[in-house]
Amino acid sequence: MGEAIVITSGKGGVGKTTTTANLGTALALMERRVVLVDADIGLRNLDVVMGLENRIVYDLVDVTSGVCRLKQALIKDKRFNENLFLLPAAQTKDKTAVTPEQMKALTGELKAEYDYVLVDCPAGIEQGFRNAIAGADRAIVVTTPEVSAVRDADRIIGLLEASEMPEVQLLINRIRPSMVKRGDMMDIDDIIDILAIDLIGVVPEDDKIVVSTNRGEPTVLDANSRAGQAFRNIARRITGEQVPLMPLEAEHGFMERVKQLFGFGR
Amino acid sequence: MLDILGRVFGREEAPSKEIAKERLRLVLVHDRATVSPQFLELIKEEVIGVITNYMDIDEEGVEVSIHNMERSVALVANIPIRRMKRAVKAV
Repeated sequence: MGEAIVITSGKGGVGKTTTTANLGTALALMERRVVLVDADIGLRNLDVVMGLENRIVYDLVDVTSGVCRLKQALIKDKRFNENLFLLPAAQTKDKTAVTPEQMKALTGELKAEYDYVLVDCPAGIEQGFRNAIAGADRAIVVTTPEVSAVRDADRIIGLLEASEMPEVQLLINRIRPSMVKRGDMMDIDDIIDILAIDLIGVVPEDDKIVVSTNRGEPTVLDANSRAGQAFRNIARRITGEQVPLMPLEAEHGFMERVKQLFGFGR
Repeated sequence: MLDILGRVFGREEAPSKEIAKERLRLVLVHDRATVSPQFLELIKEEVIGVITNYMDIDEEGVEVSIHNMERSVALVANIPIRRMKRAVKAV
């Protein structure tokens, strides 16, 4: 029996879809069987971030409404053996086309088959959010170090706790070490202190995210990307491994290179 | 040392993250308190329970609310007293 994890945030544009794509890919590279579910009905995006937009035949609403079987709607990502699949969102329907009960049944069915079911949640706190969290065993709340994103994360954490989500962890995305250093950006401790929640990882701002999204290739495939490395670390933590937080700034000292060589830096 | 250098180079304002933290702290106190209307009702009931040990109050007239002020957020309770209980002495 696998685990269903919802990637959520409240505020839009903080990196939920990028996080879902990268964590899913990293888990697949670790030989876990993964299915990504795009729950953002009407605004589907996970397909383009993954570079699978040309392979869609059926979508999530086709499955819940019985137009096709679940297996028919799953797109196999051929880059990762039999390890990574995508269930795309419907683009022509809206969020009311699915109910929380249907999502719960769907994730249940997927969990029977896969190790990890990652659900990409839409922004907001309305029905799309309630659908996305319905079948999840665990939530990762994505925020950026900005007042608006942290405020919305707080609201989402409150809603997740109210709905009795068993495990809720925070992912701080797009942190800029140089700004943190000069006191112009909240750092990890500031945000954890405010939100009082467990941290699953921190991802630095990285231009390579834009480049890899342009190409439809998740950044975790780029061995030199700092963000990719951070996402790979988080994927390992999801599987229960203890992985220390990587230093925020790229270090090129001799010791750091030695550490990376032995796998401590990743 | 950094502070001194900062002043020498004309940086006198607090780092903006401190402003962000303070603003978030205030806004979240208010956000969290207004998330559930039951929350204030719960506090009100418990406050009434404690106060009635010491004085006779008009329970119907008790008002508990969150007030947003310029730089702080306060819990304001208005508790009309009917009369003091004689047995209770200040220690």
